[in-house]
Amino acid sequence: MSVLLNRDTTFIVQGITGREAINLTRECLDYGSKIVGGVTPGRKGREVHGVPVFDTVAQAVENHGGPIDGSVVTVPPGFTKDAVLEAIENGIKLIVIVTERIPRGDVAQMVELADLRGARIIGPNCLGLIVPEVCKMGGIGGPAKDAAKSYEPGVIGVMSRSGGMTTEISSSLTAAGLGVSTAISIGGDAIIGSTYAELMPYFEADEQTEAIVIYTEPGGRMEAQLSEWVQENNSRLPIVAFMAGKFMDEDEMQGMSFGHAGTIVEGKEDSATEKIARLQAAGITVVERIDEIPDAVKEKIAK
Amino acid sequence: MRFYEYEARKIVELAGIPVTKYGFCQTADEAREVAEEIDGPVVIKSQVLSGGRMKAGGVQFADTPDEAADHAATILDLEINGLMPRGVLVDPKAEVKREYYVSVVWDGTAKKPLMLFSYMGGIDIEEVAEEHPDYVGRAHISNLLPVFDFEAKQVIAATGVTGSQLNRATPILARLARLFLKYDMTLAEINPLAELNDGSFVALDAHMDMEEEAIGRQKQLLRKELKIAEDDTRDNYEPSDFERNVKAIDGADHRGVIQGKDHGFKGDLGLVIGAGGGSLTLTDAVRNQGGRPANYSEIGGNPSVAKACGLAKEVLQKDGVEKIAVMMSIVSNTRVDIVARGVIKACLELGLDPAETIAIFRIPGAWEDEGFEILDKYGVEYCDRSVSLWDAAGRAVAKIQGEAA
Repeated sequence: MSVLLNRDTTFIVQGITGREAINLTRECLDYGSKIVGGVTPGRKGREVHGVPVFDTVAQAVENHGGPIDGSVVTVPPGFTKDAVLEAIENGIKLIVIVTERIPRGDVAQMVELADLRGARIIGPNCLGLIVPEVCKMGGIGGPAKDAAKSYEPGVIGVMSRSGGMTTEISSSLTAAGLGVSTAISIGGDAIIGSTYAELMPYFEADEQTEAIVIYTEPGGRMEAQLSEWVQENNSRLPIVAFMAGKFMDEDEMQGMSFGHAGTIVEGKEDSATEKIARLQAAGITVVERIDEIPDAVKEKIAK
Repeated sequence: MRFYEYEARKIVELAGIPVTKYGFCQTADEAREVAEEIDGPVVIKSQVLSGGRMKAGGVQFADTPDEAADHAATILDLEINGLMPRGVLVDPKAEVKREYYVSVVWDGTAKKPLMLFSYMGGIDIEEVAEEHPDYVGRAHISNLLPVFDFEAKQVIAATGVTGSQLNRATPILARLARLFLKYDMTLAEINPLAELNDGSFVALDAHMDMEEEAIGRQKQLLRKELKIAEDDTRDNYEPSDFERNVKAIDGADHRGVIQGKDHGFKGDLGLVIGAGGGSLTLTDAVRNQGGRPANYSEIGGNPSVAKACGLAKEVLQKDGVEKIAVMMSIVSNTRVDIVARGVIKACLELGLDPAETIAIFRIPGAWEDEGFEILDKYGVEYCDRSVSLWDAAGRAVAKIQGEAA
């Protein structure tokens, strides 16, 4: 079992001829992922690591001879909306948006259409998701051999607003013998396709997952939404959270953004202190130190 | 990007929302001329990117053009919350029957813009919403469909407003919602929206905020209509030399991304750290173990030796910096060896011993073996992923404190 991906998941890479996309394609293929095509307008007929390149998503679907499950979108910010809408309208149900600096009006449009068509967006500004030893969709974990080092199959679901911290945390869970069921880099922007609370039902339904670890930051209401979800749904999954960016609570940091576009303290509700209190009120363990995560998870599972 | 009131009014006007016949002035003489043209009592308002203008004396009333000029002269010299005004706005003193509140903001949870309306205008909307939720009408708008007038009408009618007030306010809220979407705003607010004694509606004050990411595609509005200069970035604070220099180094070369901030930091431990989440985690870890960071920084993607060297040099040359800690979370595509090369180069070029200057080096990931080889050569203390971000930060703090003791 796993979340969103399985052994048979097929996907394309939109913007496949870009420098980063070529690396990402190599990494995913090496990991065993099934990339069935790539799209870059005007580059039809080329190949990237043996993957055929098309002008349109429709051509990729036709060549595949049936529906394609997913797409990793890594095109410049000004072209991302069009690429994502194209993927959705060609029947793709899981879209990972790697691109950052997309205006939120565009993101909101993509998300609204995805909702109408029953598609799910992960990101933008994310590294994608990985089911250890099964499938890697996006740059998450880096080259296949490095991803294998950080991600071993196990029982913990990981969701993180930071791509790098997804791997850092997963690596510590792997080292502690807990392993990872599915890890999702959800993205660092103010509006993202899938929030913690929106992804919880998938982990809830996944028998392999026994606990959740989330990495969180100041800014936005995503943690409050998760707290509400946990309280309303009587979740079977214990959650351990780590909150970075506590220094942003200082007065002189108000209104400043650090790290990710979504990380900005504009109101009291946005601050780390306030978020930690909310998470704790919902029964979520918030660890002070990043290296306390594995032990906190073990304690929760043992109960 | 924040807008001055005179710009926000112009934006509102462009969207077809009625405004008073105001004038933006940068001298007392200009203010007198505008007041003469208005030919009646006027309000002079400081044009400053700060709240609390009224309290600070940045809003004054005048009955004659001479009085208007006097007030303008005073306000033009009046600093408000550390900011000097860009000018003053001279506005006819309106005969207001009632003040309303209209705005459109992002609702991040719903992922849709939210229209808000209240007939308790002119005051703090958050207070009204908390104390009298039924005084505030609200509804989300679609990101895909156009904004229809009836949607605005429903929001206003829900508060009990009817008659000609409803019919006059409806197109104003609908137009505000359309401009919000068209111009990539994160906030579009008219407060107060005034109903004058003659029954007409005008925007008496407006606040607009545009998303930074959209500035590139809003050139028509920003440069042509509002004549805002390219370098008029309106940061919340004046960037420091450190911040400016790091930005220049980053811009000089497209490989990788580096960022540096030192607003609010005054310590002795320079941080060369990354990336987004890792930087937040490490800055906390240093502070929570008694360390005093000299700056915040980020290394992302795959920077060149020159870029890594440039960032390290800037950090090393900051006042008060005694050592630097070079730390990242497990990286996927950053070449550890290149970062190591860059940081060591920075030390050597500044005549510093890398072994003494670099408190700790933790960048686990691809190419780490090559990186560690270089660090070994210069006697720099390093660690791999078996040492947590917390412990790596702790080692750096212990080192700098051990030295001071």
